[in-house]
Amino acid sequence: MRELELYFGPQHLGMVGNFSITLNVEGDRIIKATANPGFLHRGFEKLMEQRTWIQNFPLVCRINVVEPDHMELMYAMAVEKLAGIEIPERAQYIRSIYLELARVGSHLFGLWAYANMLGFDTVANWAMYHRDLILDLFEELTGGRVYHIYIWPGGVRRDFPEGFKDKIISTLHAIGSCVPDYDNTFFNNRIFYKRAKNIGKITHEEAIKMGAVGQVLRATGMKQDIRKIEPYAAYDQVEWEVPTRTDGDAYSRIWVVRDEMIESVHMIFKLLDKMPQGEAYTKIPNPFKWKIPGNETYVRCESSRGELGLYLVSNGEDKPYRAHFRTPSYNHGLTILEKALINESIADVGNIMISLYITAPEIDR
Amino acid sequence: MNSSILTPFKAIKFLFTKPKTLKYPFEKKEPALRYRGFHTNDWDKCTGCGNCADICPNDAIVMSEISDIEPKEGEKNERPQLDYGRCCFCGLCIDICPPGSLKLTRDYFHIHFDTGTFVFIPKDEKTDKGTFLPSEEYSILKASLTHRKENYEGFTSDLKYALFEPERIPMSEVSPEERKFSFIEQVIGYSKEDAIKEASRCLECKLCEEACPAHLKISDYIQAIYENKPQESLKKIFEDNPIPSICGRVCMAHCEAACSLSIRGEALSIRWLKRYVADTIKDFKSALELNPGAPTGKKIAVIGAGPSGLSVAYFLTLKGYSVIIFDTLPGGGGMMRMGPPIYRLPLESIDKDVNYIASLGVKLKFNTKIGVDIPFEKLMHDFDAIFLGIGTTKSRSTKVKNSEKCLLALDFLHDNKIGKQRKVGKEVIVIGGGNVALDVAREALRLQNIQYPDDKVVAKTVSLEDWDEMPATEEEIKGAKEENIQFNPAWGPKEVVVNEKGEVKGLLCKKVKSVFDEQGRFAPSFYEEKEMFIEGDMIIEAIGQLSDFSFIPESLLDKLEFTKSNKVKVDGNGMTSIPKIFAGGDIVNANLDAVTAIADAKVAAEGIDIFLA
Repeated sequence: MRELELYFGPQHLGMVGNFSITLNVEGDRIIKATANPGFLHRGFEKLMEQRTWIQNFPLVCRINVVEPDHMELMYAMAVEKLAGIEIPERAQYIRSIYLELARVGSHLFGLWAYANMLGFDTVANWAMYHRDLILDLFEELTGGRVYHIYIWPGGVRRDFPEGFKDKIISTLHAIGSCVPDYDNTFFNNRIFYKRAKNIGKITHEEAIKMGAVGQVLRATGMKQDIRKIEPYAAYDQVEWEVPTRTDGDAYSRIWVVRDEMIESVHMIFKLLDKMPQGEAYTKIPNPFKWKIPGNETYVRCESSRGELGLYLVSNGEDKPYRAHFRTPSYNHGLTILEKALINESIADVGNIMISLYITAPEIDR
Repeated sequence: MNSSILTPFKAIKFLFTKPKTLKYPFEKKEPALRYRGFHTNDWDKCTGCGNCADICPNDAIVMSEISDIEPKEGEKNERPQLDYGRCCFCGLCIDICPPGSLKLTRDYFHIHFDTGTFVFIPKDEKTDKGTFLPSEEYSILKASLTHRKENYEGFTSDLKYALFEPERIPMSEVSPEERKFSFIEQVIGYSKEDAIKEASRCLECKLCEEACPAHLKISDYIQAIYENKPQESLKKIFEDNPIPSICGRVCMAHCEAACSLSIRGEALSIRWLKRYVADTIKDFKSALELNPGAPTGKKIAVIGAGPSGLSVAYFLTLKGYSVIIFDTLPGGGGMMRMGPPIYRLPLESIDKDVNYIASLGVKLKFNTKIGVDIPFEKLMHDFDAIFLGIGTTKSRSTKVKNSEKCLLALDFLHDNKIGKQRKVGKEVIVIGGGNVALDVAREALRLQNIQYPDDKVVAKTVSLEDWDEMPATEEEIKGAKEENIQFNPAWGPKEVVVNEKGEVKGLLCKKVKSVFDEQGRFAPSFYEEKEMFIEGDMIIEAIGQLSDFSFIPESLLDKLEFTKSNKVKVDGNGMTSIPKIFAGGDIVNANLDAVTAIADAKVAAEGIDIFLA
């Protein structure tokens, strides 16, 4: 049969985000896939070198549109490490609660994208609605719905407003009460099972070899989670489980996401119970005179897409000398995607791509 | 996967539930209380410091001059102008705003065809009633930057989370119990670590530089301290102020009153930081590396070695003039030498500054009284220009009955500091409410404690002014209170009571009705019938000073013009109505402090340079 080259994206209905793949197909089968990033390059890492330490704080969250919060955390953690700032215990708890809310919000957004892609519009709309409830929480806590600009070096920007704890609990209960509906309509749906089972399969060995992280790795049976390996914020203060699956296909990955959301909600309840009173912010030095001693650091966390890292260098000036983000979508979108697409059908490209949880802004930055 | 193919149909129940979608615009959703929307700025509180513009990561804020605003002292008539095409609503401007005037509102609608309307000067709700409308008049159809809701505050400043440090590094002082019994210097001074920490608080808005009469480059010398370069810092200070050891101790610190940090917190300790630099550097000469200018061959006589005289000599020497200073005292410093007690300003600190100025080649002739030792006419003849920095050296008297039994403040201070220590009474009454009165009272208390170590002693002050209008600085009042000085505010002297032997027994006072008249002029009125008797065996009057012009021959004095407030009239170059004679300091300005004298000296030095060019 004749081999064709097919451009998939960036202007393609099945493509989410400014990303493109060149497919070599033979009939409906994909023989070779080449990822083409670069449509969303905004030069953040270079921009960061031209802004003072505090001016970078509102900037970093914009790197990842879908999940800005972990970017804020990375920057704050790196700066704290370089400048030797200790943050109060309450701030650690608030950070954890806030990041878990962000994870649930991000997963719901991912669920919307996935369900929408597969044509499960009912579920997609539910997920979008429930994400909005979480955005309402963020709005109340931080004053912004999408870009919260909340975790800054020294702790968090404001403490919980009055009655916020109860609001978190009631919102999460409202979302949690819909889990059976999600299960019936989507996760346990036979049609979904048929669409996702054995699609985009990656073995455990391949996943490790190609640098998979997050759900992609956990769906192959490995209990890998930075929150457990290298606990930050208040993740070592409460008991929680790392959900895994063994099959390594799209179906397993999305089930890991589902279990993770439920685990996150339980974790938030436990953290809220244990949260201490006190300060939520340690004053940082005067931003106009703030110079950080020359040094380099690498910090990492578990974002909703997997291991996220930041390499930050200071040369003793008022601006970073170099910043480099290690983002999960980079590996998933460039190496793993190319491998996972081989021998799949054209109709499943979007399916596989979203199940790998790829977001273009993370790849390009 | 065991579930039935029919399971998803359970979702059919949602057909019978109400939709969750908001029916906008019929149903509205209120933004959260912390919502980060458009800015609003309280123009009364805004000082125009420009910190918001400095921190903005997107250059969305520029400071724009508003000619309608009459800036208050130590403020600028600039207000932030926002470009909403650039603003990212991060709110850093809110967290750095020292007065907390800039706030974000919950408004976020702006619909317009003209992108020029995105550039906007945040207005004050109080002054701009056309923009900020009550909820009932507000319409979402017209919503824009110029059609907004009233009282719709969102993200506001919180001192706990502010990006600046509102509290200063505490200055260590000798405890009141210890210092009451000696003349030990009360303020200990910053250590290097503390000075750097304190310097790090500076926001570099430079409001202080505007407020300082001598316009010192405060922001720069504080930055040099922060970078641990005291030598650089001293060089910056000496560009405008040649007596930092003195000013670092007793300056009236107009800068600190203007400091933007002082609005919601404590001002930067600018004065103590200057003192830190002056004290850290032991040898000014080698640190400053300054040399007199190329000789011009012109000679200048300076009368009075006070702050203005020393400064004018310094500035003129750097310009290459040969300067001689004449003073009646045995050392330099003028009022600084005889006035502030040793626990505030030790003589070594004065001499450090004076000696440096002398080392530049300025000749100092002490113990020389013009008009007695040298006739004024001779100076007029011998020198190319004369600078009068004679200050106010005569104390005023209350002139009440028996007031000749009282001591005068300057005599008392002068004798204790550079003459023979006075014998004081066990109950000293000081008349006056200014800094000099408190200096006298606190000095008297120390002398009492030294002279009567076993007896009960007390020092009291009587002032016309009540607590809230007392002219003394807060710092002095606090120090005096700590030392248990008794205050009798809002009482005026009526009569000094003496016994038949002519010894002072106390002061009869009358209650003050008001100190100032309706025009705000000093015109005290009293309730004559409300009297109080304060016991005391020694009374010192500290109600102000006068100048003594008797050394100038009458024929010349007649030509010397004075202003309405009885100050020597000078032109923009510091020259008096008599050509060749320049003046500055307390005889010219109303501030009556060292730093204003330096400012006058700077003007006069330039003026003399122009005059002799």
